[in-house]
Amino acid sequence: MSTPSTPSTALAPARPTRFSLAVRDSSTMLRRNLLHARRYPSLTLNLLLTPIMLLLLFVYIFGDTMSAGIGGGGPDRSVYIAYIVPGLLLMTIGSTTIGTAVSVSNDMTEGIIARFRTMAIHRGSVIIGHVIGSVLQAIISVVLVGAVAVAIGFRSTDATVLEWLAAFGLLVLFAMALTWIAVGMGLSSPNAEAASNNAMPLILLPLLSSAFVPIDAMPGWFQPVAEYQPFTPAIETLRGLLLGSDIGHNGWLAVTWCLGLAVLGYFWSTAKFDADPK
Amino acid sequence: MTDLAIAANRLRKSYGDNTVLDGVDLAVPEGTIFSLLGPNGAGKTTAVKILSTLITADAGEMRVGGQDLATDPQAVRAAIGVTGQFSAVDGLITGEENMLLMADLHHLSKREGRQVAAELLERFDLTEAAKKPASTYSGGMKRRLDIAMTLVGNPRIIFLDEPTTGLDPRSRHNMWQIIRELVTGGVTVFLTTQYLEEADELADRIAVLNDGKIAAQGTAEELKRLIPGGHVRLRFTDPAAYQSAASALREASRDDESLALQIPSDGSQRELRSILDWLDSAGIEADELTVHTPDLDDVFFALTGGAVVPTQNNQPKETAR
Repeated sequence: MSTPSTPSTALAPARPTRFSLAVRDSSTMLRRNLLHARRYPSLTLNLLLTPIMLLLLFVYIFGDTMSAGIGGGGPDRSVYIAYIVPGLLLMTIGSTTIGTAVSVSNDMTEGIIARFRTMAIHRGSVIIGHVIGSVLQAIISVVLVGAVAVAIGFRSTDATVLEWLAAFGLLVLFAMALTWIAVGMGLSSPNAEAASNNAMPLILLPLLSSAFVPIDAMPGWFQPVAEYQPFTPAIETLRGLLLGSDIGHNGWLAVTWCLGLAVLGYFWSTAKFDADPK
Repeated sequence: MTDLAIAANRLRKSYGDNTVLDGVDLAVPEGTIFSLLGPNGAGKTTAVKILSTLITADAGEMRVGGQDLATDPQAVRAAIGVTGQFSAVDGLITGEENMLLMADLHHLSKREGRQVAAELLERFDLTEAAKKPASTYSGGMKRRLDIAMTLVGNPRIIFLDEPTTGLDPRSRHNMWQIIRELVTGGVTVFLTTQYLEEADELADRIAVLNDGKIAAQGTAEELKRLIPGGHVRLRFTDPAAYQSAASALREASRDDESLALQIPSDGSQRELRSILDWLDSAGIEADELTVHTPDLDDVFFALTGGAVVPTQNNQPKETAR
């Protein structure tokens, strides 16, 4: 009686290759995560609000004072907008990846994950679906925050198409790195609250970088920390690409950080996911 | 029928000092319903988790669907379907989307997937609720959706971990009907339950798991014969016949008020025949003869050492039957 309801072809295809299985199952999982995000957008929107609020706060409330401190001359709002936008774009990524940690942690408590683990699907597809979904969400958020920035007067000074592409590439790479770390945090946290707490550094670190004030303006003992943490090199590189400032060693430092964090997050996450669930 | 769908040998699992499964042997023939019965915390769920590849065992040889669990879990996964104790549905998406998700993961084509999803939703009476988020479903509906999702891949072996826990009586009976239908399609069902009635109702074979060990294994009838308490009851209407029978049958316990005698018996055909022969030769003719076998409650309490509960509680039940 159960036989007629299921087509015989369900059993027919030979075991597909590992790669095609990975691609197919991961895209199924991606669709599932995007469906979640579309049905319940409040988390994403909340996290998107933080960088936009900060952008408006710093530009319109603190802007005059801050720009005077940076430019050295009179208050110039547009200079300060240009200064903080690269940092805020990266902060947007940090902020959306907190959402990743929370939703991964939430998802792992769902019974359906246990079901996935007992199905003959590609093992990593559950996490890969989360990672790709989150990177897409982060990029959409970056574009939205970027649009707000342009609307209030951010202009890139003579960046070439190649520099724009490189800037975009860096943002994607940075999003991927933080997402893998966030997925690891989500998998290691017993519940959503813990995941949210554990992921706090992802939004605190940009405050301790050159996003809002130059490193030189910080206390001497703290400068090395601020200078070499992942956000600062990425911010400086982005500034260089969009505004023509000097990139120096920050370029390869940023790329190294991204690749390092992505690899670390990848192994952390897969090890956590492969371990026996509690 | 001789092929085993599930075979486990000396299965062990412990968490730290806590031994959950302590050398469990299981053998489930294809196309049968096997029930693992035990009190809370006996290790039922752990056994299901191991056999369904969710967690790994510490020791033991296991084959599911003819595949070795340790060396090829992925092949085992291709043969099984699991409906766990806690509903394995995605509450954030609709029932239909849950079904289509399963179809995609089983690599059905779009058309096939939609067809299978629609058929199963129909079969489990979920068509009306198909467009609603699964989190809004009642317990019974969630469980039905859960099983429907398990069936998308046409599994040959299905694990059901306490499928009726928390369901109202009607939903429970519906679930039993569903499980019976599965087996008529040739599927093997491995069922855990804490309800004796459920095991009695459904299972071809039952294993009683207690404290990480199989306390007994067999059909419901075999298990019931395992423990003492069975008897043949002879009732008389004529007090004189009762008195003469009582004096002839010295080992029988008397119930003078209802003119009944109880002879201990395991209820097997052989013993029954010898009792009948004996009654014939003694010239005793009872007006009514009934065989009482202990029910699974007796077995369960006897095997799982529920010290206080058994005798008193079960007395009224027995007489009621």
